[in-house]
Amino acid sequence: MTIEQWLEDGKSDAYRRKMPELADLLEGLARATAALRAADWNDDAGSAESTGETDAN
Amino acid sequence: MPTDTIASLAPQVASGAIRSERLTEDALSVITRLQPSLNAFITVTADEALALAREADRDIAAGRYRGPLHGIPLSLKDLIDMAGVTTTAASKLREGCVALHDAPVVRHLRDAGAVFVGKTNLHEFAFGTTNEDSAWGPARHPDDPTRSPGGSSGGSAIAVRTGMSIASVGTDTGGSIRIPAAACGIVGLKPGWGEVSAAGVVPLSRQLDHVGPLARSVHDAELLYNVLRGAGANSGDEDDVETLFGLKLAALDGYFAERLSDEVDAGITAALALLRQQGAKISTASIFHAQDIAPIYLHLVLADAAAYHAAALQRRPHAYTDNVRIRLEMGRHVLAEDYVRATRGRQVITHEVEQALAGVDALVLPALAIEAPPIGAASVPVKGGQESVRNVMLRCTQPFNLSGHPAISLPCGSSKAGLPIGLQLVGHAGRTPELLRVARAVERVLNSRG
Repeated sequence: MTIEQWLEDGKSDAYRRKMPELADLLEGLARATAALRAADWNDDAGSAESTGETDAN
Repeated sequence: MPTDTIASLAPQVASGAIRSERLTEDALSVITRLQPSLNAFITVTADEALALAREADRDIAAGRYRGPLHGIPLSLKDLIDMAGVTTTAASKLREGCVALHDAPVVRHLRDAGAVFVGKTNLHEFAFGTTNEDSAWGPARHPDDPTRSPGGSSGGSAIAVRTGMSIASVGTDTGGSIRIPAAACGIVGLKPGWGEVSAAGVVPLSRQLDHVGPLARSVHDAELLYNVLRGAGANSGDEDDVETLFGLKLAALDGYFAERLSDEVDAGITAALALLRQQGAKISTASIFHAQDIAPIYLHLVLADAAAYHAAALQRRPHAYTDNVRIRLEMGRHVLAEDYVRATRGRQVITHEVEQALAGVDALVLPALAIEAPPIGAASVPVKGGQESVRNVMLRCTQPFNLSGHPAISLPCGSSKAGLPIGLQLVGHAGRTPELLRVARAVERVLNSRG
C-alpha cells in the first residue's frame, strides 16, 4: 500500500469516528513512514544486494 | 537540592545515629509541603512508610542491618506494582487496579530494607516526555512550576530533587528516566536492556522498556542498581573512583550536536573542555543512520503500545486522557510491513552504536537537547527554528532504548535561568558496572566546579 493511499484511508477512518486530531497526527506518522521506507538499509527484492543477511546482524 | 545521599546516610542509619523513622518523617513532611505546588505523587503511603521505618529501626537496633538501603525512604513510579496499592499508571482506566504482589524490583528493595513513601506521578502510561498528560494533573518543575519536570518519570525526579524521597525507581522506554533526571538536575540510570526485571511493571513497549534508578549521585544509582537487579545491597566504596587520566570517550557528533538549545550546547561544550583538561581523551564518533532513529522508534513504540491497549481502547476510550488516547489510536494504523522495517532498522542502529563504542570506554552526548520546556508548549525554539517538544526531548536518549546499551544522565551545570543541563554517558552492552565507574569519575570532575 502506498503511503498516500494509507493516509487517505486513515484520515477517512478518523473523520468517520469523529477524531479530527487523529487525522492531524496521521499526517505526521505518514512523514515518518516515508522516511522509514526511504532508508538505504531497507531490503529490495529486485536488488542484487538483498539476497542474504548483512553484517548489521 | 538536599545534599544527603544514600551513601552518606547509610553509615549513620547503620550506627543508629539517625533513625529511619526521622528520615521518613522528614520526607513525608516535604511531600506535605510541596505536593500542592509540584504534584509529584499520586499515592502517598505514609502509614505503611512509618511502619516500615519503625521496623527498620528495630531491626538495626537488634543487629540485623541489611545494607545501605535499610531504612532509606524511596518512591516508586506509579506503574510499578507495590502489593496492596493501586498501580494507576496515571490513568483513570486503572482506578481500582490494586496490585496483588510486589514487582520483583520492589521485592528486592523490600528485602534490602527500603521504606516506600509513595507512588509518583508520570505521563499517562509512560507515553510522553513532559508529564502533562496525567489523570492526576501535570507534575511541575521544582525550579519553575510553569515548566515540565520532564517525563515520563517526572514525579520521581521531583521527589529526589526536593527531598520527598532520597531516591526513586522509574522506567525508561525512550528516555523516561534520563530526560527528567536531566531536566531536574539529578542522576538517572537506564541499565542495559533486560538487566533489571520489568515484570510487574505496566509496559509501554516490552522490547524497549527499562527499569532503573533516579538518585542524587552516581554512587547512589549504583547502590540501587545492584539491588534492583537482585545482586544484593553491596555498599561499594565511594572513594573507589576511577581517574579521568587515560579514559577514552567519544563525543557523538552530527545529529546529536546540531539541534541543541544554545544553553545546552554551551553547557555540554564547557563540560567536555573540562573533562579534556582533567585528562580524558575525547574523540568524535558518528551514528551514520542517526536520521532514521526517530522513525524507527516511533513505529515500534506506537504499535507495541497500541497492541497492549487495544482492548481497553475499545471498551473505555474516554478513561484515557485525550492526547494519550489519540496517540494510541494512531498506533493502530501502523502497517505490519513498516513495523518489520523498523525492526530491521533497529538492528542497523544497534550495530552503529557498537561501532561508535569501539575503542572507547563510553560515548558522551547531551541527555536532553533543551532545558525543561514550558508546560503546554507543543514546540520550542532551537537554533533559529521550531522543534516539536516531544521529538527534541527524545532525540538524544531513544537511540539507546533501540540498542539496549546502558546509559546514564548526570548533572552538568545549568542555564542562565538556573534550569539544569544533563550530560549523558553510554556504555558497552553488558558492562553497566564499568559505565558507572566512568560516570563516577566524570561526576567528580563536574562537581568540582562547584
